[in-house]
Amino acid sequence: MDYLNAFWVGGLLCVIAQILIDKTKLTPARILVLYVVIGAILGGIGIYDKLVDFAGAGATVPLMGFGNVLADGVMKAVDQSGFIGIITGGTAAAAGGIAAAVFFGFLVALIFDPKAKK
Amino acid sequence: MPGGNNQNKDNSGYKKDYQDYIEKTSPKSPLFKDMIMAFLFGGAICVIGQAFMNLYKDVLNMDAENAKIAVSVTMVFIGALLTGLDIYPKIAKYAGAGTIVPITGFANSVASPAMEFKREGLVLGMSAKMFVVAGPVLVYGITSSVVVGFIYWLYKILIGG
Repeated sequence: MDYLNAFWVGGLLCVIAQILIDKTKLTPARILVLYVVIGAILGGIGIYDKLVDFAGAGATVPLMGFGNVLADGVMKAVDQSGFIGIITGGTAAAAGGIAAAVFFGFLVALIFDPKAKK
Repeated sequence: MPGGNNQNKDNSGYKKDYQDYIEKTSPKSPLFKDMIMAFLFGGAICVIGQAFMNLYKDVLNMDAENAKIAVSVTMVFIGALLTGLDIYPKIAKYAGAGTIVPITGFANSVASPAMEFKREGLVLGMSAKMFVVAGPVLVYGITSSVVVGFIYWLYKILIGG
């Protein structure tokens, strides 16, 4: 069941982005930015966590999940450390994804060469 | 190419062939086809993520929070590696947003320009261009988190959390 929910929720989030790409002038970069911000807002008002409970990776793997991690993290940090948590919480919670992207991106770029464009 | 000022007759056959070709190759409703492909590929990538989630939680006994982070790291690794192997761009041709929206697409957006600009140097080429897309994502993402955090902090003070 968790696979089915992950599939259709994750798929649906991609379909919405596809419609935006086809029907508006939004570039993929803008879509990613938009998704992170929406994820952070939905996370801030506590809706996105419910979607995560329902869809698992279908909600955490799309980039909205990254925004949700940022929002969840900052609120937890405010609970624990007060005002300073506003600054530290989001990035600390997202550190895994950020460091992985930087490190693996770096590694891949060192090892592989770009293929010739046709 | 057969062409010239007075060769319209010869050209018409060519043009018709070309129009047939265009009609054959471009789908009737590209939006609908794009949506289906985005749904299938995006859904499939999330299912792979779910498989890792279950592996980390149930087999490796990680707690839920760490399992989520580990899934993100794993998916980022896969996205970056498939970009290096030139497989991710090939899937993306068919999958559209299905390969952009998942975090593997974020990894692709880091690894792809990093590879591309390696020839311009390891510092201002590879490492700077890495953030062409990821930079804005981090700028808006982190800024959003600070705004959310500030509102939450205010809310706790004014209303009591």
